[in-house]
Amino acid sequence: MKTDDLIAALAADAKSVSSPIGRTLALAVIGGAVGAAILFAIMLGMRADVVSSLSSPRFLFKFVFTLSLLGSALGLMWNVARPGAIPIGWLLALAAVPVLLAAGSIAEMLTVPAAEWGRRLTGANASMCVVLIPILSALPFAALLLALRRGAPSHPMLAGAVAGLVSAGIGATLYATHCPDDSPFFVATWYVIAAAFMAMLGAAIGERFLRW
Amino acid sequence: MAQLNREEEWAALMQAAIGGDESAYRRLLDQLSRSLRAATRRGFAQFGAAMNDVEDVVQDTLLAIHLKRHTWDQSQPLGPWVRAIARHKLIDSLRRRGRRVEVPIDLVLDLLPAEELRSDLDRQDAERLINELNGRQQTIVRSISVEGNSIRDVAEKLGMNEGAVRVALHRGLKALAAIHRKGDGE
Repeated sequence: MKTDDLIAALAADAKSVSSPIGRTLALAVIGGAVGAAILFAIMLGMRADVVSSLSSPRFLFKFVFTLSLLGSALGLMWNVARPGAIPIGWLLALAAVPVLLAAGSIAEMLTVPAAEWGRRLTGANASMCVVLIPILSALPFAALLLALRRGAPSHPMLAGAVAGLVSAGIGATLYATHCPDDSPFFVATWYVIAAAFMAMLGAAIGERFLRW
Repeated sequence: MAQLNREEEWAALMQAAIGGDESAYRRLLDQLSRSLRAATRRGFAQFGAAMNDVEDVVQDTLLAIHLKRHTWDQSQPLGPWVRAIARHKLIDSLRRRGRRVEVPIDLVLDLLPAEELRSDLDRQDAERLINELNGRQQTIVRSISVEGNSIRDVAEKLGMNEGAVRVALHRGLKALAAIHRKGDGE
């Protein structure tokens, strides 16, 4: 087949265009988040004192973390789904998330006696946190990988990792309303382990699954 | 200035193509194929790869542009998007041919029409690819591409409706892209 012949075939197929990748990603995020929320409501539910906790800076800080993770990973995902350079701005935004956690942990160190630190770090539910965040992330994770497969990521491994972070952001936001542990020490350790696990899983799957 | 005009022309053609305008699409792909051919040749030369695979990469890139055109952000120029796809496919093919590609390739895509560079050697590989399609897809893709028939002609000849021919053509093109991707490492 000559290239001109191929072009004839491609032109004849002009009407086959899929919906824009941004819309596909948005549907995957929304669908995945709704699925995860339903799973969360069935499995766990919010903790009893969730309303009164809204005045607790530690409780709120959990969402500062999970939502900034979610937001920066989403921004990055919208870009890595398309061919082209990795946008440095969104990478920096994502890199700011650990800085935020460090700042929260320092604030905790300054306000809580050192004897308390160990107990705050271990919390009541460390192993549950590490298991439940990935479970809550599973649906959005699968939806996002399928959506990204319709994209054209120049860096399939990175795209997979970002899908892992977005889904961890969704899972962690939901889980944070259930989890009784509010210390930044706890969040900076166990939430981060769960998110890192999802990112690594995404990178491993993305490397093959998102090639095009 | 000429470059800027061409960028705008490309974007306008792609927009028309996404709206279903086949002749605009054909014009765009024709222009892109010339730029891609020149750019791929330079890429191959840089890594000392044999030139007879150039056309294979050009076709792989055109297929990717086609199958991924919904990833182009219409508010952006088309050139950088095409260049990113071309670079991706070039690196892919060089790696498959056993070249170490660690240095990022700076792919310059001529926006100006390039002179025709082509050799018959280029065609053998591509011909082999179409033979790997399954029966019906192969018949339809070959009939529309090599023989230059319209979808309606093909539908009539095969006693299918046009919609079914369109679906088979689209699947055939996807299958072609998958065959490229699989490669054979030579």
